[in-house]
Amino acid sequence: MELVEVKKLQVELDAFANRDVYLHLETTNGSYATHFNEGFFNAGAFIRNVVINYELGKVVGESPHRVGLKLPHGWVYAQGITHYELDEQGRLLLAGHDGSGKLAVALQISETPFSY
Amino acid sequence: MTIPKERHVLVVFPHPDDEAFGVSGTISTHIKQGTPVTYACLTLGEMGRNLGNPPFATRESLPQIRKKELIASAEAMGLTDLRMMGLRDKTVEFEDDEKMVGMMADLITELNPSLVITFYPNLSVHPDHEATARAVVRAVRRMEDRPKLHCVAFANNTLDVLGNPDVVYDISPVRDQKMGAMKAHISQTAWMLEEMEHKLAQGDTETENWLTKERFYNYRWDQDFEESF
Repeated sequence: MELVEVKKLQVELDAFANRDVYLHLETTNGSYATHFNEGFFNAGAFIRNVVINYELGKVVGESPHRVGLKLPHGWVYAQGITHYELDEQGRLLLAGHDGSGKLAVALQISETPFSY
Repeated sequence: MTIPKERHVLVVFPHPDDEAFGVSGTISTHIKQGTPVTYACLTLGEMGRNLGNPPFATRESLPQIRKKELIASAEAMGLTDLRMMGLRDKTVEFEDDEKMVGMMADLITELNPSLVITFYPNLSVHPDHEATARAVVRAVRRMEDRPKLHCVAFANNTLDVLGNPDVVYDISPVRDQKMGAMKAHISQTAWMLEEMEHKLAQGDTETENWLTKERFYNYRWDQDFEESF
């Protein structure tokens, strides 16, 4: 993965607009957050291989960036995005990694389903 | 405590690397003693958060990396019967409970182990650990002739609930195998190993202890975590 360059990532987001794509969206503090810090309120969400069709995708701000996808009847967005990659299967993988190298957020879109 | 010779040992954990920290010395010792050991690993740790910054992997490439690491860990321990059960990390507790019990019952029926090793229900922190522990305990509970059940517990309140572990093994003769298993999972353990080597160099007894002892609790059927399932 490489650090997000807004102009380059915007081109990739545009390329997936107005077609059916599979979505992976994830936010996480890790399953051990409350083990290491007992007062911590651990929340997160995960969705994988839901089909969406967005009419407009935008990457905004300085790193860590926000990325939003406007749907005919709703929205998808993620904040904290630092890195991206168009992988060898042509899937657009965006992720936010904290200073210690741990993934905190992922937003991925693909024309074919992600594995299980 | 010396490790008794078993007929067959079945180890069940949900993530590649779960076996390395607390159990790889015990597994290696059983194998050295000629006891067949099966390790059923339920997921490939697909949701691992250690991806590096700069990243060395993506959410999509991580499972293949961790699969190779799991195979390397098995090799380090001398383990030849590694089962990858095909579930997805962080979803084990959402699977059908009866299906999970069936998966464990099938393994136990096939292998006829005299000892099963897994996590201790309600004391193993990660939801996948807890779901694995529940499924194994339920499957063993239904057996007419129950194998021994040794559980790993590491929740912060473990001492309050269970007291000291009743099974403590000296695994110093297989220290190299244990280090090998931990190093095999390098994508997840790199920072920890670095800290550990630093502490060992300073003569830290707690770290040294960790490399020479492994601790389990016999599952307490008289204080079962549920009345029935």
